[in-house]
Amino acid sequence: MKHFRSMTIPYIVWALAFIVAPFVLIIIYAFTDGGLSLTDASFSLDSFHDMIDPLYATVFARSFETGLITTAVCFLLGYPMAYFITKFDEKVQSILILLTTIPMWINLLLRTYAWIGILSDNGILNAVLKSLGIQPISVMYTGVAVNIGLVCNFLPFMILPIHTSLSKMDPSLLEAAYDLGANKVQAFVKVVFKYSIPGVLNGVILTFLMAISAFVIPKLLGGGQYTLLGNLIENQFISVGNWNFGSAISFILAIVILFTISFLKRVDPDDET
Amino acid sequence: MSKKIIELKNITKSFDHQTILDQINLTIYENEFLTLLGPSGCGKTTILRIIGGFVEADGGEVIFDGKNIASLPPYKREVNTVFQKYALFPFMNVHDNVAFGLTIKKLKKSEIDRKVSEMLKLVGLEGFEKRNVNQLSGGQQQRVAIARALVNEPKVLLLDEPLGALDAKLRKDMQTELKKIQKEIGITFIFVTHDQEEALSMSDTVVVMNHGSIQQIGSPIDIYNEPKNRFVANFIGESNIIPGIMKSDYLVQFDHCDFPCVDHGFLPDEEIEIVLRPEDIILSPPEHGQLTGIVTDITFKGVHYEIIMKGTCRNYKVQTTKYYELGTELGMSVIPDNIHVMHKMKEEWQ
Amino acid sequence: MKKFHTSKLLYGIYIGILFVFFYLPIAVTMFFSFNSSKSLTHFSGFSLRWYVNLITDREIVDAVWVSISIAILATLISTILGTLTSIGISKCRKVIRELFMNINNIPMMNPDIVTAIGFMILFSSLRIPKGYYTMLLAHITFCTPYVITSVWPKVKNLDPNLADAAMDLGATPFQALYKVLLPMLKEGIFAGALLAFTMSFDDFVISYFVTGNGVSNISIIVYNMTKRTNPTINALSTIVILVIFVTMFIVRFIPYIVRKNKKGRNHILHEEIN
Repeated sequence: MKHFRSMTIPYIVWALAFIVAPFVLIIIYAFTDGGLSLTDASFSLDSFHDMIDPLYATVFARSFETGLITTAVCFLLGYPMAYFITKFDEKVQSILILLTTIPMWINLLLRTYAWIGILSDNGILNAVLKSLGIQPISVMYTGVAVNIGLVCNFLPFMILPIHTSLSKMDPSLLEAAYDLGANKVQAFVKVVFKYSIPGVLNGVILTFLMAISAFVIPKLLGGGQYTLLGNLIENQFISVGNWNFGSAISFILAIVILFTISFLKRVDPDDET
Repeated sequence: MSKKIIELKNITKSFDHQTILDQINLTIYENEFLTLLGPSGCGKTTILRIIGGFVEADGGEVIFDGKNIASLPPYKREVNTVFQKYALFPFMNVHDNVAFGLTIKKLKKSEIDRKVSEMLKLVGLEGFEKRNVNQLSGGQQQRVAIARALVNEPKVLLLDEPLGALDAKLRKDMQTELKKIQKEIGITFIFVTHDQEEALSMSDTVVVMNHGSIQQIGSPIDIYNEPKNRFVANFIGESNIIPGIMKSDYLVQFDHCDFPCVDHGFLPDEEIEIVLRPEDIILSPPEHGQLTGIVTDITFKGVHYEIIMKGTCRNYKVQTTKYYELGTELGMSVIPDNIHVMHKMKEEWQ
Repeated sequence: MKKFHTSKLLYGIYIGILFVFFYLPIAVTMFFSFNSSKSLTHFSGFSLRWYVNLITDREIVDAVWVSISIAILATLISTILGTLTSIGISKCRKVIRELFMNINNIPMMNPDIVTAIGFMILFSSLRIPKGYYTMLLAHITFCTPYVITSVWPKVKNLDPNLADAAMDLGATPFQALYKVLLPMLKEGIFAGALLAFTMSFDDFVISYFVTGNGVSNISIIVYNMTKRTNPTINALSTIVILVIFVTMFIVRFIPYIVRKNKKGRNHILHEEIN
């Protein structure tokens, strides 16, 4: 009824001002060359040309590589986790899922800070290794530390969608497979895994996109030496002051992510509008 | 002479470039049980919603008790609605559901409780006040919906296909109940349905609709016995519709045969259509019939057999209580009273 | 049967190992918050000094206040905004609805660094001084989509006639909203509010880019302190972790407790009738 439609107006105004406008501004800055002030700005693709520079290309490559590694590890560790959880009965499952989710609610900074305490050269890990007589390893401020931090952070995002997919499966599908002659391995590959693919896609894509745009973890666990796209963007805006270049990178990152997610939503039948 | 309570004048409504209602003119009287009858999409529910205030007509007037209420919102109108799926408030018990309108009016608690229990008694749900509406059966939920509407003492009650979700036996019982309640309370009921049997059994007045316009208004007997056009004839009851010529007053010709009838007022040799109800065709040995035919199909329907007779010009649908073998040749006759002549319907209306 | 049990045991072990991985940093943090020395590797003795420090350290107390107050305000405003909008959008045409949902999804799908940059550019261009209020505006903006995501599915499943029924019975649109629609959406609204609070309380990147004037929340304080180890942070973490644990468990198990109470009451009611 007409009466309620007008209730959307406040948020539509708000959204235009605070969601659409910033995005438009990023696009404008990305495609101009005037720097901070837009008064002398003119259309230019300089920022995009700069991206091809080997200095920055490494950042893109490293982000991509980090994303792949993180996603792969998360998948290898997370799929079994999701699968095993489904083997327990419902009440236990919901507690297990709750326990998996809780770390996500805890402030990222606090969790990452805790990892610093563990992984730093004079941190717990090395203390334990020393007491076992093993050489201490210097992991802090390297890619390894960053990847550990990312995996720890994003594992729940991989586990949850896969678990959701798996738990929706009717167990009689497995029984049907056995009945038709499949052994355990075949049944798993041909039935269970296939069924869970939407959840897997969901988890994999989500994890990958979040990993390549990570900012805090690379900064804290990687120091200044491990720059990913997020750090590059921050660098451009805060230190260098090149808003055009920073916006261009943001724009590319945003477009890649938005398109990939829209694609995912079209493929995933569970989505509702 | 009954007083007019609602008048719809030249009501039109379109949606997405489709005409839903086309120049509707309708007068509704006090104390009558009026049914809007028609197939899905004919516009009957839209009319109801316009009267209720949930839809605004594009053009025309809605006169209620002498005043134009077209722009009045639903909560200011003296009508109440029983919705198709009841729309009971699931988080309230029966008492609170029924009392809702009264609480809005801020009546005293004792007053509300009294009215609610009176109304529950009327609909046969005495003592159900504290029950959870989600645990009631379909029939019970329906009565709660009716009680909830009636307790506000509206001048008109609108019912949007309320019996649709009930099984056949319960439906018949509720039909009788609703009619009883309407007589007891003494207000106008406007009932929407696509079930012609329902309409015929409950109504004082039936309004037959199709494609957004009114085809015929009349009492159930009038609509059944004297359908104005092919659509009404087909929609109400079973019928055989036969093209023919009105040779002169009281004489009609169809299927190469002249029949005396009771209709008059047509132009000489005017092309018309005839309605013969299956129960009005009398079967006899072939030599005694006005027309002849062969039994090509016979179906047992419980109350009667439905026979398809293959005649010289067409097939006829006949209802009879006697069984005949397939292939039997029989005569068919009809008394003049049961031949109903209609003006030929314009092509685009069919 | 034996095979069945051992496999479950193996599953349990695997799950346990991963839980260790998840909770190790959390456990370590909590453990060392009670350390009497500054070290994060040697436990010298039990002490609550860091908790005392938490209350006395002006900087940290201010930051906690900022985090909590912004989370509460942002949750309140975004919940109201999100709920009303979800209801309103359900009455709009499909085309408008889809367009709206797409725009609404942008803050959730965008990496937070991009959203943060967007805000920064916006505030700079409009010459709005950055500080508490810009942080609040930004938080409301990214919280509301989460509220809508929580509430909208519940709105979609409502009987569309309910509001009409209420108005038919004499309720004004506002009364229909208040007496009928909102009670039915209670669960979704609560879940949305909880989500909004967490998103706000948790946030770092966006807050970092839109604040100024020395206004910091917990995340920013921690970020600035990571160069020097400070067990006060551990104390802060421990409190936050405990609060979250308790809240999550309460939220999860409230429905059970309520149901048990209802069952008891119904039982008594039945007995009275009989």
